[in-house]
Amino acid sequence: MKIKVIINGEKKVLDIEPHEILLDVLRRYGYYSVRRGCDTGMCGICTVLFDGKPVPSCSVFAARADGHEITTLEGLPEAKEFAELLAEEGADQCGYCSPGLIVNTVYLKKLKIKKMDEAKIKLIGNLCRCTGYEGQHRAIAKFLGVEK
Amino acid sequence: MKEVTRKIPKKDALGLLLGKPVYTDDIAPENSLIVKILRSPHAFARIKNIDTSEAEKIEGIECIITHLDLPRNPITRAGQGYPEPSPHDWYILDEYVRYVGDEVAIIAGKNEQCVEEALQKIKVEYEIFEPVLDFEKAEDHPSIIHPEKESHPMFEIGFDAEKNIAASYEMEIGNIEEELKNCDVVVHQRYYTQAQAHVAFEPHTAASYLDMHGRLVIISSTQVPFHVRRIIAEAFGLPIKDIRVIKPRIGGGFGGKQAIHGEPFVAAVTLKTGKPAKIVYTRQEVFEATYTRHPMRYDITLGATKDGKLKVIDMQGLSDTGAYGEHALTTFMVAGSKTLPLYNKVSAVRFTGKVVYTNKVPAGAFRGYGAIQGNFALESTIDMLAEKLGMDPVEFRKKNMIAEGETSPIFKIMGEGREGVEMFVRSCKLNECVEEGMKLINWKEKYPRVKISETKIRGVGMAIAMQGSGIANIDMGAAILKLNDDGSFNLLIGATDLGTGSDTILAQIAAEVLNVPTENIIVYSSDTDLTPFDVGAYASSTTYVSGNAVKRAAEKMKKLIIKEGARKLGIEESKVDFDGNYIYEINGDKKLPLKELATVLYYTENQKQLITDASYVGEESPPPFMAGFAEVEVDIETGKVKLINYVAVVDCGTTINPNLAKIQVEGGLVQGIGMTLFEDVKYSPNGKLLTNNLMHYKIPSRLDIGNIIVKFAESYEPTGPFGAKSVAEIGIDTPPAAIANAIYNAVGIRITSLPITPEKILMSLK
Amino acid sequence: MLSFKSYIKPKNIKEAYDLLQNNNAEIIGGATFLRLSNRKVDLAIDLIDAGLDYIKDTEENVEIGSMVTISEFEENPILSNLFNGYLKNVAETILSFQMRNIITIGGTLYPKYGFSDLITALLVLNTDIYLYHSGKISLEEYLKTKVHKDILEKIVIKKEKLKATFHYIRNSEYDFSILNVAVSKGKKVKIAVGARPGVATLAYKAMEYLNKNGLNENNIKEAAKIAAEEIVFADDIKTSKEYRKVVCEALVRRALLEVM
Repeated sequence: MKIKVIINGEKKVLDIEPHEILLDVLRRYGYYSVRRGCDTGMCGICTVLFDGKPVPSCSVFAARADGHEITTLEGLPEAKEFAELLAEEGADQCGYCSPGLIVNTVYLKKLKIKKMDEAKIKLIGNLCRCTGYEGQHRAIAKFLGVEK
Repeated sequence: MKEVTRKIPKKDALGLLLGKPVYTDDIAPENSLIVKILRSPHAFARIKNIDTSEAEKIEGIECIITHLDLPRNPITRAGQGYPEPSPHDWYILDEYVRYVGDEVAIIAGKNEQCVEEALQKIKVEYEIFEPVLDFEKAEDHPSIIHPEKESHPMFEIGFDAEKNIAASYEMEIGNIEEELKNCDVVVHQRYYTQAQAHVAFEPHTAASYLDMHGRLVIISSTQVPFHVRRIIAEAFGLPIKDIRVIKPRIGGGFGGKQAIHGEPFVAAVTLKTGKPAKIVYTRQEVFEATYTRHPMRYDITLGATKDGKLKVIDMQGLSDTGAYGEHALTTFMVAGSKTLPLYNKVSAVRFTGKVVYTNKVPAGAFRGYGAIQGNFALESTIDMLAEKLGMDPVEFRKKNMIAEGETSPIFKIMGEGREGVEMFVRSCKLNECVEEGMKLINWKEKYPRVKISETKIRGVGMAIAMQGSGIANIDMGAAILKLNDDGSFNLLIGATDLGTGSDTILAQIAAEVLNVPTENIIVYSSDTDLTPFDVGAYASSTTYVSGNAVKRAAEKMKKLIIKEGARKLGIEESKVDFDGNYIYEINGDKKLPLKELATVLYYTENQKQLITDASYVGEESPPPFMAGFAEVEVDIETGKVKLINYVAVVDCGTTINPNLAKIQVEGGLVQGIGMTLFEDVKYSPNGKLLTNNLMHYKIPSRLDIGNIIVKFAESYEPTGPFGAKSVAEIGIDTPPAAIANAIYNAVGIRITSLPITPEKILMSLK
Repeated sequence: MLSFKSYIKPKNIKEAYDLLQNNNAEIIGGATFLRLSNRKVDLAIDLIDAGLDYIKDTEENVEIGSMVTISEFEENPILSNLFNGYLKNVAETILSFQMRNIITIGGTLYPKYGFSDLITALLVLNTDIYLYHSGKISLEEYLKTKVHKDILEKIVIKKEKLKATFHYIRNSEYDFSILNVAVSKGKKVKIAVGARPGVATLAYKAMEYLNKNGLNENNIKEAAKIAAEEIVFADDIKTSKEYRKVVCEALVRRALLEVM
């Protein structure tokens, strides 16, 4: 089936199977920042914005996106600033989980979150196995302008 | 030092962070056939018949390969140096399946859907056997997991397949029984550790294709590209020269990608069809059909005299290697060799035990590699002994632990799968680590417990640990440096960056020697056609082994630049030096910019490529050390443990890149905390892994870890590159014992099996 | 793997209901768990564009359309302020923010998931379920009723002066609850226990005991014991029934003390 989706501000017509998940479709169309992690919505690595809100793209049927708007890391201009802060802390490590974390954190910046604890609650679904989170937290605090 | 100790971002940081296509699945050929594996639903069975005829009719299916179609060369997937200390007991496909998830058939087709459909349509008849699921009953079990004649060890490792024994080991110094008689205090305890999963977030992925010469090219998320090349050659009976292995960026490894997993399956498809192929494991496959940490059991006896001197350590172990014997002997030995030297003043020490096969997910390499299992048992028991002696456990350790300039007979007796090397510890700031850790956790105020409320009690506990830096006399790393015509350098290394930042720190080492900015070193790593050999990323070897190779290559390059510069300047070599920018006359005014020399050498005069290489094999394996301190809060009505603080003070020698060293320790600690508190492993009664997804297998989240405080002790390892030792594994070792000790100090309950769940605590409190 | 032959997004609930009756079909609400099943379904009926994502605040009630996501309890001011933020606090620790952005009220309540924190929390409020075909039914009754091929249209929560609190036990914070307990005190006391691991239930005997004898520290201790005795627990992959029973008593006691 065909779906019409706005991806990163561009109108696209995508050819999909009815049961395909958004993650697979985005990757097939070259949005490689969207990476497969756990297949069950738990790791947060494949996070994209669906109508502006962060969702795990492995848990959304692509067909649902027909007539809706998707933003991946590639479409977030604020991503670079946060990426540089993560890099300064060495908090990228293998980097595999980073795009999902960045998409979610850039969204949090819009919520004007004031406390690190609040940010951590909203980021609990962004798992990381390399860094032990501390380096990420140092970078997140700087990016959101909150105390660690 | 200018470049070494610089906190620069990793060279690949922005590419990784901004989602560039850099991992295996991103760069696999676009027209790759999709490869999936039909896996055994039985824990132990023999394939009587496979009927693939229905599946083959499905449109889009290119090939279905069974054990009848493949060479049957026994190999080990372990991904170690050659000859391996792991038994050769694995076949690309076999008529036996030995765990739920074991490979039955390889299916390749044009898309996911047709391959999925074909998986359903293959009919397999099994002869089902009684599986061995309890590792304590594996030895002499009526079911023999490896009845085949071809499986064999490469040298003596105590392999006895008829008894389900993959390896065994024993060692004794002094006389345990006699020395115990002289002890005033003796304690004994049994411990169990679980089959922790690595959960590297990039699932195991491999792709393959034939290049224009017909050679097999494999792109793989591997920690060991050179071993992959050798093992694939062995499995298929191909010459090594006909295979090239490329490791692109990889999404974490932690030991789980030290082995061969998807590579033989894509290779089989490409060799049969001539077409590119790729396999991306599902998360469930990663859990069920790659590797776990070896579950182990230890019985520990410690004896001391009443003046607080540790006299006897006796460790008797049993390790579960699952269906195949990868890393069976070596993980087991490391449980002794990376713990026993911590207490080097004992009169008698013994370490014995067996590693058994079971019909469970195979165990393999995992950060900590035996050391964490041994550390949990030994460091828990040390606390028990100190209590019995009426001593503060920190004071007891300080009195008995190893110090700089000392040695331990263990270094010589226990290597990895064979004898080790004699070694004096040239750098050891363990005492400083302990002192600093006590201050940071506020031990004096908080030990043993502080009551917070009627239901919440806080306790502190600690443990010490050591690791190694590569495997002495075995692990080899090599490096090539070449000068470019703009004065920059290519650094070609076999070393494998798993996300650790090794490409960056190796460039920092080269830059330090050459006195150039790290930015002028362009790194290319891990491609068996283009880079020199390196054993790969394991055994905490890269900084020390590959780092020393890079340092040597850079020193040679510096000499070469001076030589060519002196010739161009027309001065004797001994009167010339190189400062990173200029080749200059030491007592004079003549100087020549490096860039100018490079351009001249490329294009105008005396033309040549400046290129140097070096290899390094450690003669020693200097241990990094650390002290870990945990502060926990136990809810006595629910048994829930909240980790409040974890302090780690680490002696890893010089930190080449302090940011990356810190993240390595923080990441290791959190994996150790996960193993201690959260990562529970459950099997069904018929041997299927139930904790096979992240809803059931819980790794720590960012809200589970409290405050992590990491400090480094000032230390310098004379044999290391610019004083560095390893830092990759040391962080993981202490949490099990330190947290268990803290819980004991809080509520008087000693939990001896991991993970320490609220249920275990509450049921013990009741 | 879950597979569909076709995928439809009806514009209203009637259209969705009619499609559901005549097909081997599945309703897509949040679909986070549905997606993990291994089945072949002819038709997926996604309610996302069916106009069911409304939140209506009336004098007496709050009406929540079945396609409202759990994250609205954090972000929507009407929902986040209900009962002094009681439901916000519950919602905020359910799985992850990303998942809460797709998990819907209807998708959680309709299948009566045992692990649900939200069902337990809503059970101690005055909550009604409106099914498109079967009509209005209290949440308490709904949990005991078998419903076939219907669609959850909305839930209605009565606004009352209530003190409510929610407690759970998890090992990792990022996990399903091993056990959860909700307690409310209005005119009467209500106690609900969920993740037993069966779906939430009221602790009738303990409630009766308290409503007869009054709320004081001694009675609370007794009521907690009664609750732990009357509720049926079971083993699952996360923990044993014995542990659940012991921890149930502690959580019920704590929750009651908080609303006392």
